[in-house]
Amino acid sequence: MKRLLSVVFLLLVGLYPLMTLAAEPVFSASDMPWDDGTAILLKWELDPKMDSLSLQKADSLGVFHEFFNEFSTQGQHVDTSLEIGDSYKYRLISYNSATGDSSVFTGSATTKAQWFDMNKLSLLIMLSLVCAAILYYIYLGRKGKDLFIRRISGLDSMDEAIGRATEKGKPILFVPGLSDLGDIQTIAALNILSPLAQKSAEYGTELLVPCRSSMVMSAARETVKEAYMKAGRPDAYREENIFYLSDDQFGFVAGVDGIMLREQPAANFFLGAFWAESLILTETGFGTGAIQTAGTGQPHQLPFFVVSCDYTLIGEELYAASAYISRDPQQLGSLKGHDFGKLLVIILVLAGVVAEILGWGWFKHFFEGGS
Amino acid sequence: MKRNVPLVVAFISGLVILIGGFIPREPFPSIESTLIDWFMIISGFAILLGQASLLHLNITRVKNKMPNWPYYLSGLISFALMLIVGLLWGMEQTPGLLGQGEGVVKFLGAKPFDYLFTNAFIPLSATMFSLLAFYIASAAYRAFIIRTFESNLLMITAVIVMLGRTSFAQLLTGWIPDKFSFLRLPELTNFIMEYPNTAAQRAILISAALGIVGASLRIILGIERSYLGGGK
Repeated sequence: MKRLLSVVFLLLVGLYPLMTLAAEPVFSASDMPWDDGTAILLKWELDPKMDSLSLQKADSLGVFHEFFNEFSTQGQHVDTSLEIGDSYKYRLISYNSATGDSSVFTGSATTKAQWFDMNKLSLLIMLSLVCAAILYYIYLGRKGKDLFIRRISGLDSMDEAIGRATEKGKPILFVPGLSDLGDIQTIAALNILSPLAQKSAEYGTELLVPCRSSMVMSAARETVKEAYMKAGRPDAYREENIFYLSDDQFGFVAGVDGIMLREQPAANFFLGAFWAESLILTETGFGTGAIQTAGTGQPHQLPFFVVSCDYTLIGEELYAASAYISRDPQQLGSLKGHDFGKLLVIILVLAGVVAEILGWGWFKHFFEGGS
Repeated sequence: MKRNVPLVVAFISGLVILIGGFIPREPFPSIESTLIDWFMIISGFAILLGQASLLHLNITRVKNKMPNWPYYLSGLISFALMLIVGLLWGMEQTPGLLGQGEGVVKFLGAKPFDYLFTNAFIPLSATMFSLLAFYIASAAYRAFIIRTFESNLLMITAVIVMLGRTSFAQLLTGWIPDKFSFLRLPELTNFIMEYPNTAAQRAILISAALGIVGASLRIILGIERSYLGGGK
């Protein structure tokens, strides 16, 4: 026991100078962790008596130039837009403007590009788990396992909408959102357009697709053309029914509203990215008495669609639509993978609540990307 | 071949962008910016396709004297007018074929393109946007008709939030003692917006994000081919 006490005493005596050293003013320059090698992290802890600072960087001739002077006793600054693999010298001058006391610190660091962004480790783990689950269920689907997928009434009603348009001899209107092809919502909308076009070809119902973007128009033309060919009705395909209106948001809305009022489509589909125009479009459609289906990934527009449309695809339903309609076992398997993702999120949310209650800040910190 | 090439391109591009999201060093950032540049270039060419489609459609309708053909004619005239004045005198600081058009600017107070944009296009756009106010009223009326427990709940919540966002709310409930301040309409509104509303929106966002992961994976792996016209 005595020996243990003496060891502890010696350790404390030995650590004392280190502990007092930690309180000394410090300045450090180091490569910014987990970046592309274009930044250096500068950290300092100054004497509390100081009230001003000047952070300087040496140029190629070794002359220092100030680039930062916002004072804080303990702080950090990231010097960005640097060259990869170069060495940089820094100087920090802190001073007390009243007494004239000053201290000078120097530091240098070399930038280095990293092979992995550790701040995204949590994202990689989550993504890997969700992707693995999706691939696993795709594999099960391919093997022929019967997977239960809940019903999505908005998609089940597609036949009803097309049937109604056919009975009334009126066209179907399909708006693939207002975003460009670079938006996954537009891709999801085109994925739904394909089976819709195929059915409209089978029923012999006219399909109108006004587009806001020329790229979307080109892709939509290709999609509809292929679908008509698949339905064995290439003769029924009319290129002029998939057309460009305007790039302007409200110019496009005016155009689509005009089409709804003049052509009186019996079924309207608004699928893709929508913003402030969502209600203007769907209320006009409601006024014409069309059966309306809408879907978007924009949470702020969903209430407008819910109120004014007969069916609304909420959140993931828009992205799941094509797989759901196709009834392809592989694609249905991927939808089961989504469910696993939801379960994972629920577990993590609950675990996060418990961790925060217990004061385990590292859990939240890890998922925030600060590992 | 026609089907396989796009699938291979989609697979490689998707994979590179996905990996690049986790690897900050070169060449991934350069590849990503190059792909974005390619997209912009293709978009530029596609604009011509769009204009061609617009002109073809409108000219055909005018030529065949289809119903409402004067509207299509006015569309064509507007298109031509903006194109001509833009080409001749340019817009804002950009000069046109006839330079900055000082004489015209002196007469109109702005370049013809900017003059038409400010005095015709912007008011027309604003008119379309302002329709939203009336549509919100009609949609809200339908949504708030009390039919079920849910619509009742929706109406009560909407009334609290709408009132809570006005100065009238303070007038109505400002007398409530500090001890029960959470019952004041502005506080209730903040609570609804900050907790139940944010929670619901986040749930939708999370489910949409999972949907995006699934859809992207299907496209990258070539399981989802509908955007290419469907089929195997």
